Formats: sequence, C-alpha cells, structure tokens
Amino acid sequence: MKKVVHKWFWAWSFEKEEKWLNEMAAKGLVLSSVGFCKYVFEDSLPDTYSVRLELLENAPTHPESEKYIRFLEETGAEHVGNYMRWTYFRKKRADGAFDLFSDIPSRIKHLNRILALLLPLTIFNTAIGIQNVILFFAKFAGDFSNLNAIGFVNLAISALVTIGIIKLFAKRRKLKKEQRIFE
Amino acid sequence: MPNPPLTEAVYYILLSLITPMHGYGIMQNAEALSHGRVRLAAGTLYGALNTLVEKGLIISLPEESGRKKEYVITELGKKALQSEIQRLRELLENGTNILGG
Repeated sequence: MKKVVHKWFWAWSFEKEEKWLNEMAAKGLVLSSVGFCKYVFEDSLPDTYSVRLELLENAPTHPESEKYIRFLEETGAEHVGNYMRWTYFRKKRADGAFDLFSDIPSRIKHLNRILALLLPLTIFNTAIGIQNVILFFAKFAGDFSNLNAIGFVNLAISALVTIGIIKLFAKRRKLKKEQRIFE
Repeated sequence: MPNPPLTEAVYYILLSLITPMHGYGIMQNAEALSHGRVRLAAGTLYGALNTLVEKGLIISLPEESGRKKEYVITELGKKALQSEIQRLRELLENGTNILGG
C-alpha cells in the first residue's frame, strides 16, 4: 500500500524533516519516493529502516553526484530519490547504524551548502523588494490593486529566509565551538 | 616539519588501506579495530577518501565492472601514518608519566 503525504519543510529545518521521516519509518511507513512538498511512503514492518537526507553539492544528475550516490549504495544504503538538489536515502536497521556525517567538519560543510543556497535568495528578494516598494510609493501612490504591492511580498520572503539563515549560522557556530575542544 | 596530526577518521582509513579495500570494508574495519567505537558515516568517509586521493596519501584502484571501487595506501600515506604513530606515542608517554597509567 502506498501513502502520499503533502508537507512543506523549510530548507533550514532539514533535521526536522529527517526526524519526521524516521518517525514515519518507526510506524511502518518508509519513504519510497519524493517530490515537491510530496512524500510517498510504502508499508514496511515498524522500525525496519533509517532514513537520511542531504543537500548535494551538485545537481543529482551531475557525474559527481552520481558517483557519490553509487558510493552510498555500495555501503548498503538504498537511494530513495531526489527533489531538486536534496537527496534521500534509506537503509535497513538490521544492516547497521546509518548516518551520513560522523564528524564536525563534514556537518559544517553541509550547513555551508545550505547557506550558499539561501543567501542569494534573500539578497535577491531584498534588492528587488526595496526597489518595488520605492516604486509602489513613488509611482503607484500606495495603490494596492494589481501587483503594485509585490515589493512587500519580496521583503516578507527575505525576512523569513533571513530568520532561517540566522538559525543555520547559530547551528554552525555551535559546531565550531565544539570543534575547538573535540575533534 | 613534522606532519600535522591526523583525524581519527583519517587514521583508521589509512590503517585499513594497508590492504586494498572498498568503502564499506573500511567502515566495517574501523569499527572492528576500535571495538565499535569509531563509526565512519558514509558521507564523511566519501569526502575523506576524495581528499586523501587528492593529497596523494591513497590511490583509487582501477575499477572493474560490477565490483565496488577499492582504494589502497601510498608510500606517502604510510609515512603520514608512521609520523602519527610517533606523535601518539609521545602523547601517551607524557600522559602516563604525568598522570600515571
């Protein structure tokens, strides 16, 4: 039996997303494919699988990504699928613990990849937003009809993404502090 | 100048690759050698292997179709291991001398 769940996670809540996928797996619903806001699960015995996700450095079809995915498959993980640059794996718990990262530098590297995805987004929306808001007051004299007020949407998006970025920076700072004492 | 310290992951990867081994073999070997303490996660291991190839401490063996990709240590890698063992010996000696072992 397949079960489809539509759900949205922000890029900075990737740990929450992973936790949710593992809670589903614990209940006997293991991830079998992914799409935009879409998770397809199939039945399994409860607690049979661990699920992990990661933002790849390149597009999933890039040779480097293909090499990486093949390497993971060789370690016993199953590749579930990709959504944009996000990739999803699962592994039978009987085949051993399943993690993608086991040291601080590789966790920091992954956070940096997500930051590099979000920073241009917020910069772009801030720039366009300011421009559109100026236009809104100068040219449309505060007329809210049509798309005149789009600048406020841009600014709202950039504010939201900025909050996410701040959260990621906090996470990274914590890891770096740990790194000063522990390997 | 002595070699900088190796990370625990790199130390066990190099030690494993005295004999040619594929990725999953390295993970299992490191875990067995450390009695289950050191568990190399696949993504971290992949990054470390690529860096070690770049630095010439290991090489990846020519791929045979249908077989998992294998790696083996180089002379440079062996030197890095030896200098790390010397460093660890110094740490151990100082520790046991001062704290008592």
